[in-house]
Amino acid sequence: MAFGGPKRGGPGGARGKDAKDAKGGDKRRGGGFFRRRKVCKFCADKIDDINYKDVKLLSGFVPERGKVLPRRISGTCAKHQRGLRVAIVRARQLALLPYAAD
Amino acid sequence: MSNRTYELIYVLKPDAPETEVADMHKQVADIVERMGGAIDKTENVAPWGRRRLAYEIGHHKEGFYVLEVITGSAELMKEIDRRLKVTEGLLRHLIVRVDESTIKAERMRAKRTEESRRRRVARGLPPDRQPGEGPQGEDNDDSGDLMFDGGEMEA
Repeated sequence: MAFGGPKRGGPGGARGKDAKDAKGGDKRRGGGFFRRRKVCKFCADKIDDINYKDVKLLSGFVPERGKVLPRRISGTCAKHQRGLRVAIVRARQLALLPYAAD
Repeated sequence: MSNRTYELIYVLKPDAPETEVADMHKQVADIVERMGGAIDKTENVAPWGRRRLAYEIGHHKEGFYVLEVITGSAELMKEIDRRLKVTEGLLRHLIVRVDESTIKAERMRAKRTEESRRRRVARGLPPDRQPGEGPQGEDNDDSGDLMFDGGEMEA
């Protein structure tokens, strides 16, 4: 997903560039890496109710280690990240998702 | 008295015989009936039923999941929770109230539909999408597959 996507002018511009450079460094190797603007998956797919039973959906936001994927990486908006967290915590209680994996 | 909708999920030991599953269900059903509620739905087949646990619970690697959708009062759910807490052979259970979030989701959807209609009318289009109007949103974007390519950054 895109890092430091194009900001529409303003003071945020310089910061966006830094992030771009740092990220571009290790991704360029593969060649043809396209930076994409981050969009909240739940806004884009119009998922209103983030359900703890939908393991398939949730597991996309729980990387290997078992932690919740931060917003800065997934691009989820604040509102949906909150709902996502609740859903993940519930799913963990039922052993649908791991607390920690090593 | 209010009638609320709840979801109850409990996880039995994977080696529980069918009689135990039925027994557990009966226990819940008895309480529900006694306290004036109703079981709307019971699911114990895929995706529920026998399932791998995400982590081991008391040396078990699998569990038998049962989902029940119950309408009733808060006292009823409290009683069920109390009973399930002291029930042996139960690995986990969870009770979640779902009516509010369902209503909220519906309201959001309605709001969005209305908004899109309003915009379409403002653009001089008929309020609803016509067949063959071309793709919209999910169909033509290719995100998702690249969504988590930052996930491996972890040390």
